[in-house]
Parts: sequence; structure tokens; C-alpha cells
Amino acid sequence: MLTETTVRELEETALHLRVDILKMLNAAQSGHTGGSLSAIDAMTALYFHKMRHDPSNPRWEDRDRFILSKGHAAPALYACLARAGYFPSEDLKTLRRLGSHLQGHPDMNKTPGVEVCTGSLGQGISQAVGIALASRLAGKGARIYTLLGDGELQEGQVWEAAMAAAHYKLDNLCAILDQNGLQIDGEVAKVMNVGPVGPKFLAFNWHVLEVDGHDLQAICRALDDAEKTDGRPTLIIARTVKGKGVPFFEHKASYHGVPPSDDELGRALEHLGHS
Amino acid sequence: MSEMIATRDAYGKTLLELGRENPRVVVLDADLSGSTKTGLFAKEFPDRFFNAGIAEANMVGMAAGLASGGMIPFASTFAVFAAGRAFEQIRQSLAYPKMNVKIVATHGGITVGEDGGSHQSVEDLAIMRALPNMTVLCPADGPETSAAIRAAAALQGPVYVRLGRAKVPVIFPGGCDFTVGRGATLREGSDLTFITTGLMSAMALDAARILEAEKISARVIHLGSIKPLDVELVLRAARETGAVVTAEEHSVIGGLGGAVCEALAEGFPVPVERVGLRDVFGQSGTGEELLAHYGLTPAHLVEAAERVLKRK
Repeated sequence: MLTETTVRELEETALHLRVDILKMLNAAQSGHTGGSLSAIDAMTALYFHKMRHDPSNPRWEDRDRFILSKGHAAPALYACLARAGYFPSEDLKTLRRLGSHLQGHPDMNKTPGVEVCTGSLGQGISQAVGIALASRLAGKGARIYTLLGDGELQEGQVWEAAMAAAHYKLDNLCAILDQNGLQIDGEVAKVMNVGPVGPKFLAFNWHVLEVDGHDLQAICRALDDAEKTDGRPTLIIARTVKGKGVPFFEHKASYHGVPPSDDELGRALEHLGHS
Repeated sequence: MSEMIATRDAYGKTLLELGRENPRVVVLDADLSGSTKTGLFAKEFPDRFFNAGIAEANMVGMAAGLASGGMIPFASTFAVFAAGRAFEQIRQSLAYPKMNVKIVATHGGITVGEDGGSHQSVEDLAIMRALPNMTVLCPADGPETSAAIRAAAALQGPVYVRLGRAKVPVIFPGGCDFTVGRGATLREGSDLTFITTGLMSAMALDAARILEAEKISARVIHLGSIKPLDVELVLRAARETGAVVTAEEHSVIGGLGGAVCEALAEGFPVPVERVGLRDVFGQSGTGEELLAHYGLTPAHLVEAAERVLKRK
């Protein structure tokens, strides 16, 4: 049930996760800030409301799966996994350090709770399609979620996977598009326009929803809607803001792969009420 | 005259057997199921066969996902597309995570024939061998292919198996035990050793018989496992015969010849002649014409043996 209290709790969790992301990126002095902050609300809805999973048993057979196709948002994934209890929060400050289980991009063999290896764009969604097929074959009712970046849609493999997901009528698959409009070289629309995204996925025979990607209530409702859809995979276009939550990071392509400095961290935490 | 069987045909049959034995075996193809022979499996197990269409990158990704969901996926297409077009998917989605996917690439080498150089993979062994975690197999004939496919299915982790289009002589008529990382001594000899893979192993046996008439004793070692390489067997051959000729239906760069030279340079350097494509692409022609044109016949192996003996 999605009560107002639940939504408020999720919002509080997302705020904590933003703090975790900023702190770990500051400690690492390397990594992707903007895209982690834009994706975190959708991931909060998944990990702390929607998905059936068991942090004490990461390989539980009947679990729902989350595949971070835009693997560079690994800090957002690690923040969720740590807060959910897959590993201690202290580990977060080892991000990107030699010997750490928290690699620059998600590694299924190192981090508890990470399902597959991603980081090379376009490959996560294909793997999600394969997992959805396996889940169906095994007769499991698991739902498979994958989160894509909008720049990522430039990879041809995404469209191969989109075609396959519809062809195999994978209604157990839900992709979420973190549509923050920016990629490393600038605006997605200017680098290589991927739009109109909704009509394209509709034409590929997907069920398409569009929400404010920072409105937790709207995200949760869209996830419920996706679950009720028969015979088609669902794409939730989450309209987001790169760097969301920290005003001086917002809407800036320049913060794609730049961590917060000590000064920026201090100001960001102050803004988030965590100084 | 030996029986002739295409390794891809042996694959199709073995895959069907595996499908009957193990419900976790699933198969993917990229619109070439008639040629790769996965169609046999598809016909009997339509629910466990996934045609990715002409989309190799996504096929490999789907295979990774199926493995992640507990299946044992075999994904097939031509070698040139598997190792070439889907290379980065094989690297990131299979090799890096050690995913339990078997890439069985048919139509390796120049015996693809008339389709020409665009379709003849002469570099796939080198590419796949360079990947950490990847096992690379290249069986010699039908019976060994069956054994290699079974070994691949039993092995936990990514495997690349290179097969051919053309019918090739059976050199293991009674079948064979296939152990990943082990080579097979097909013939003893003391003056030099042929170290070969794929269809060249049958030719090395022919070459050894020709040399015997010239009172030259050639050992023949077939390496159906390119990686891991049977380094011990290779070094012993070098120590005992003092000269090596490698032969493969592949570029001399980076494949079997490259692997053997690396092992010898570090372990026991002896003169080596590498028989294979000399850093060139193939072209249209019949398989037999192409083998002759690019120097991959028993006669060429005999010449290479004579050259290497002069360098001893």
C-alpha cells in the first residue's frame, strides 16, 4: 500500500541516499555525480518499496532483479544496497579504491546484491531481457527492472534489446529511463537526439508511461501500472534533473563524471540539511 | 579413406542430446540456425530456443541474462560475427563476469569458401584467446566436437568453440575423451613435432606419413584446447624433437601458432615454423582451392617441416 506516510518515508530515504552518494564520491574523488543523483529516486522506489528482495540472501531464487544498465551510476546502486543491508555502510568510503568490492562500475562477482556486470552502455538491458526469459522459463514470478540513461539510448544494442523484449512479450520486464537530458559532451538532443523516446518505444510495441522522476508517489504508481501490464514490456520515462538535490550541480553536463570537492560537499550537505 | 563429417553437424546433434538430458540447456542464434545446426534443437525444444534475429550484440547479452537466471546457454552464429561484431559484449557481459555461456561459432576459417573474405574469420582465436577467463576450443573432427561440446557444457564459465562449415576427415573414429587444457598426441615421432588444431590436424597426419617415406619421424600433437594450452605437452615435444611446425586455419598471428611460440619462448626455445594465413584476409573460392592457395595442405606442411629441420 502506498500511503502518504510511505511516500514521506521514501522521500526521507532518498535524501539519506543522496548524502551517501555525495560522501562516497567525495571520498573517492572520482566517479559520476550528476547521473547518480538523477537516478536515485527511481532506485529508492525500487529498493525500498517495490522490489521483493532479501539483503540477507542476495541470491534468493525468487527475488526481483534490478539491472543498472547505466552502470556509471554505481554510487546510487551502492548507496541503496548498503542502506538496504547488503553490506556495511562503512564500505562506501572504499569506492573505487584498490581492493574494494565497490568497483567503478557494478561487478556481480565483487558486490553482494549486484546482479550482473554493467558499465559498457547498452549491455544491461540485453541482460535484463535474458534474465526475464530465464525467469519465465523457470516459472518464477519475478519481475525484472533495468534503469537506462537517455544518452545510453544512442547505443544500437538498446534497440536490439527493445525489439527482443517486445517480440518475446516480456511483461515481467520494466525499463526505467533516467531522462536527465545530458551526457558527457552536452545535451543529449544536441549530441545525438534520441527523441521522441515515447513514440519510438510505442512503435517497438512497448507499454510506455511518463512521470516526474523525482516524484516518488508518481514513480511507485507507474511501477504498479507496469506490473499490471500483460503481454508487453513497460518503459517508464522518468523525467529527471541531472545532479538533482544539489542546486549547483543541477542541469550541468560538466558534473557528469566529476566528484564533489570538500567545499562542494560541505555546501551540498548543508543544502540537504545534513551538515 | 576416413569418414567425413562437418564439425557443425556434430554440434547440432550433440546439442540436441544435451537438450534432452538437461532442461537448463537453452540455445540462441542470430538467424543462422540452419547453417549453425542449432535448428535441430529449435525444432524439438522451441520454448528453449531464442532467435535473436540479426542482432548478435543483443544475442550475447540475452545469453548472459539467461545464464544469470540459471540456464546453460549455447549461443551460435558465424565466427566472424561472434568474435567480431559481438566482441565487446562477449568481453563485458561474458568474460569479465565469468558468465556461464558457451559461444559456439561455426564457419571459422577460410573453408567457409565462396562467401569470401568478409565471412571468413581468420582472427577469432587470437581475439578470444586474449580475453581473461575465456576458454577457447577448436576441435579437429566430428567425434571430438561432440566431446568438446559436452566438456564445454560441464565447465562453469564462458567458452568459445570454433567450428567449421566444411566436412572434414574423422581422426577420432572411436570417439575421444576431451579434457579442457589437454592436447592429444596423434602420432609419435622424434625429428620434429607438428602442433596443430582444427582441420589441420588431419593434414598433419598425412604430412607425417609423407615424411616417413623420407625417413623423417614427425610427431603429431593436436591441440583441441587453445586456451588453456597444454604447455607441458608442447614443451615435452620441443625437448624431445627439437623442432616444431604449427598449423591452423587462422592467421599465424595470435592463434595456435602464437600461443605455442609464447610457451616455447618462455619454456624451451626451439626453431618453429608457423603455417597459417600470413597476415592476410581470405577470398572467394572453394574450400579446397583456398586451402591450397593459402598454403594449408599436407604438402605445405611437409615443406615447413623440411625448413624447420634445416634450422635445428
